[in-house]
Amino acid sequence: MAERSDTEEVKLLGMWPSPFSRRIEIALTLKGVPYEFSEQDITNKSSLLLQLNPVYKMIPVLVHNGKPISESLVILEYIDDTWRNNPILPQDPCERATARFWAKLIDQQICVAAMKVVGKVGDERDAAVEATRDLLMFLEKELAGKDFFGGESLGFVDIVATLVAFWLMRTEDLLGVKVVPVELFPEIHRWVKNLLGNDVIKKCIPPEDEHLAYIRARMDKLNIKSA
Amino acid sequence: MSSGEVKLIGAWASPFVMRPRVALNLKSVPYEFLQETFGSKSELLLKSNPVHKKIPVLLHADKPVCESNIIVEYIDETWSSSGPSILPSHPYDRAMARFWAAYIDEKWFGALRNFLKAEGEEEKKAVIAQMEEGNALLEKAFIDCSKGKPFFNGDNIGYLDISLGSFLAWLRVTELTASHKLLDEAKTPSLCKWAELFCNDPAVKPVMPETAKLAEFAKKIFAKPQA
Repeated sequence: MAERSDTEEVKLLGMWPSPFSRRIEIALTLKGVPYEFSEQDITNKSSLLLQLNPVYKMIPVLVHNGKPISESLVILEYIDDTWRNNPILPQDPCERATARFWAKLIDQQICVAAMKVVGKVGDERDAAVEATRDLLMFLEKELAGKDFFGGESLGFVDIVATLVAFWLMRTEDLLGVKVVPVELFPEIHRWVKNLLGNDVIKKCIPPEDEHLAYIRARMDKLNIKSA
Repeated sequence: MSSGEVKLIGAWASPFVMRPRVALNLKSVPYEFLQETFGSKSELLLKSNPVHKKIPVLLHADKPVCESNIIVEYIDETWSSSGPSILPSHPYDRAMARFWAAYIDEKWFGALRNFLKAEGEEEKKAVIAQMEEGNALLEKAFIDCSKGKPFFNGDNIGYLDISLGSFLAWLRVTELTASHKLLDEAKTPSLCKWAELFCNDPAVKPVMPETAKLAEFAKKIFAKPQA
């Protein structure tokens, strides 16, 4: 295998407001891997994006030494496999399986349920809130007695769950719907505070004001009523 | 770490259950197979997988591991010194295996399932077109991943072989029902050759459902209620 050096080319095709793109930036920053960021416009997909991710035509795409990798969870594991310092996944196979399990739940179910909260109104929205809370309750229990999902430091699930902390929970105020109230989810709220105390997280999440303005603009465009 | 009793909660007809069974066979790990009755869920299953209440669930020294592909990785990591490696060793190859396994479950299988449920010629035609598109992608993926060797994983079956191969029996049942070849020697010659090798692998043969038996089972579970 070729020797690694700082001149090794790492490029990330992403979007500044995307949780899937930001989680890759968190991982690369945690590992101290320098990378070139290429902001993409998915409403007007570049030929580079189409060439590098022909199957899904979506961001994020990590390009390492000319080879593209797509799908954020696959990319996160690739980063952990390639740069072995500051491990993101735990060492123990059972703990690794558990981390992968929660990551899948977040992306395949919590994310989908949360999108329905934004996309629906009235009774359908109430049902979506209920469904999202039922799923979040599993994460709430998982956090008991821990600073992070990864234990004393940030791990795989924390990185993936930033989707909840900085996308779902930020959208709540704009929607006027408290999906994750502190009375029901004290551990999750405590965990968000811990995240905000972490330098890598602070550096890599979208700046709040700009982010809220972006979400509000998108909601207006989609005719979603904002609070 | 690899000591302790191994049990697998599952069902003979499930392609997802077949995956850890092949993996355990590859690693020569003896296990107790706890068959669920179709249409009901045992107390043990509900206790071991409270989030999804689905099979397969691996119990290793009574600790549950859920989600078929996650279980396969767990088996590979836990019994790493036994048998061949199930995941490829190079990070990029591992990323490709994980990428295509996710594609198979999220897109390809969806099309197969839609076919089994499709009503009327128009709907069936649309799903067949979807499947053929998917198969073309997988044919290319096979050529890229196998690098001239017999399996996606090279000389021995691995993660991606197991991921796709576990659907072969259901694919055959679908072909019978449709009287239409979904894996066509003309269109996907490499996949056809691979499918035969996979089915004849000693780790696979004992756990691959018989097509006739599966076809009967399919008729039963997809039967329309009497008017």
